[in-house]
Amino acid sequence: MNKIFEVPLYAYERSPDQDASSPVRHKVIVIGAGPIGLAAAIDLAQQGIEVVVLDDNDKVSFGSRAVCYAKRPLEILDRLGCGQPMVDKGVEWNLGKVFFDDRQVYDFNLLPEGGHQRPAFINLQQYYFEEYLVNRVRELQEAGAPIEIRGRNKVEAIGTHPDHVKLEVETPEGSYTVEADWLIACDGAGSPVRSMLGLDFVGRVFEDNFLIADVIMDAGFPTERWFWFDPPFNRGQSALLHKQPDNVWRIDLQLGWDIDKEREKRPENVIPRLKAMLGEDVQFELEWVSIYTFQCRRMEKFRHGRVLFAGDAAHQVSPFGARGANSGLQDTDNLIWKLKLVMEGKAPESLLDSYDMERIHGADENILNSSRSTDFITPKSEMSRILRDAVLDLSEQYEFARPLVNSGRLSVPCTYDGSPLNSADALLDGPARTRPGSPCPDAPLDEGFLLPKLGDRFILLTIDADAPDLIEEDGIEVTRLALSVKDDPTLELKRRYLGDNDSAVYLIRPDQHVAARRPNYDENQFRHAIRRATGKE
Amino acid sequence: MSDLILTPNINGADDFYAELLAAHEGLDKAQSDALNARLVLVLANQIGDRAILTQAIQAAALKE
Repeated sequence: MNKIFEVPLYAYERSPDQDASSPVRHKVIVIGAGPIGLAAAIDLAQQGIEVVVLDDNDKVSFGSRAVCYAKRPLEILDRLGCGQPMVDKGVEWNLGKVFFDDRQVYDFNLLPEGGHQRPAFINLQQYYFEEYLVNRVRELQEAGAPIEIRGRNKVEAIGTHPDHVKLEVETPEGSYTVEADWLIACDGAGSPVRSMLGLDFVGRVFEDNFLIADVIMDAGFPTERWFWFDPPFNRGQSALLHKQPDNVWRIDLQLGWDIDKEREKRPENVIPRLKAMLGEDVQFELEWVSIYTFQCRRMEKFRHGRVLFAGDAAHQVSPFGARGANSGLQDTDNLIWKLKLVMEGKAPESLLDSYDMERIHGADENILNSSRSTDFITPKSEMSRILRDAVLDLSEQYEFARPLVNSGRLSVPCTYDGSPLNSADALLDGPARTRPGSPCPDAPLDEGFLLPKLGDRFILLTIDADAPDLIEEDGIEVTRLALSVKDDPTLELKRRYLGDNDSAVYLIRPDQHVAARRPNYDENQFRHAIRRATGKE
Repeated sequence: MSDLILTPNINGADDFYAELLAAHEGLDKAQSDALNARLVLVLANQIGDRAILTQAIQAAALKE
């Protein structure tokens, strides 16, 4: 079997940096070629900023790992040129079933809202995601973009300086020194960068273990998310069954705290567990087995001078709700445009502190939600279990109890309420979902959808309002996108951006979050809003 | 006569549930049972309507 995750995708090659007489200085170095590091590097390279990615490995992630991708991250990946292969390969799902003890208590349909280009969720193995990102890197390289991945380049030491960072890098051919103006650490939950800099990572440890197995089978299970509380085949614990592409099924079995991990991982112990769950006569093949424990924690700050942390390196959540990779992509989406403006001298360095503020807000929201799911799935006291079981018993007969059942609150993007980059909301009774700080919701247009038209620069979105086609304010260019409610016969554009107003003007950041909105164009107010959104006011 | 509400009716269901669990934190089982009993009586008084309370007791008994 020659799986994608067994093939070196960025094999070690000697770099001229290793033979340089003095350390070579790069614009940006990203540590970690996982999904978040690659997304950061692609975003930089697309904007013409030179970037080198260092990774201690040379392959994509082993096993499925992060399998569930939400709409907002898919929209971000569209901007990075990787959204389409994800959606083409991924499995879409909307239906779920909840089981308690030996019976199904209810089923649900996520009923995703219409008028969006991307689905609410897809399931896809992380190794495919990383492969598509590597493909995109290769495509950018062919087009001459300044991006490079160096496999088997392990960072051994970091020196931080006021205007650069110095790295000692170990390779199969010995070590070398290299420098960067900026360093982005995307080296995962165990982040060696974080340890080397002696930085904190505090939070709650959950005393539990989960067995995850990727199983290949031609089974008749429908494309649904099935979640069991306290099933006969895993007494006192939980279980999850989720479909991935290629007839691979992801199974998560909660094991409890006092277990022998090495023993539980052996096929002779895993297979009987799976047979008890799937049925004795179901034919399957094990692709990957792992045991994980988790914590909910974050760094106190994500920015440390010229070192910026993103993804699991900065924050870790329980897997319930698919908030790991999804939130990491929102980190880099938030960071890269700010870093670009700072590097070009178009915004003060303090703009990067808003990355800290906004994404810590996001991380706290994710930690809160995933901790609550964990407390429901793994009650930590007798009363907590009694209440949980009462909710499940009631949910079978009464609809009212179903919103209380918590097997994971699926990832939604956060609104940066209270961000210093927002201007006060000046659109009276405007829709709450597009208030300043919100991620722009998509909307159908006569031709295509709204979000691809926003792209990755500052946009002045006018809906039935006049404004100049281009505004320049202290080095920041803002391009107008002129639309009318008539461009969307379904009226979603009106519902999502106007409410009862006849017109609206939105200032939209390069990460497609709303910075300011008013009923009409007012030059003075929008110039202030642009300054504010770039950390100048 | 009004009917017992059996469709979702709590705004911020997750916040409510977290607050309920937090109220039990640090209590032993007997103390937790007593808290629940008091809570039932407080909520019953809030509802007031005898017919609704009868329907609620029947609903909680899961006998239908």
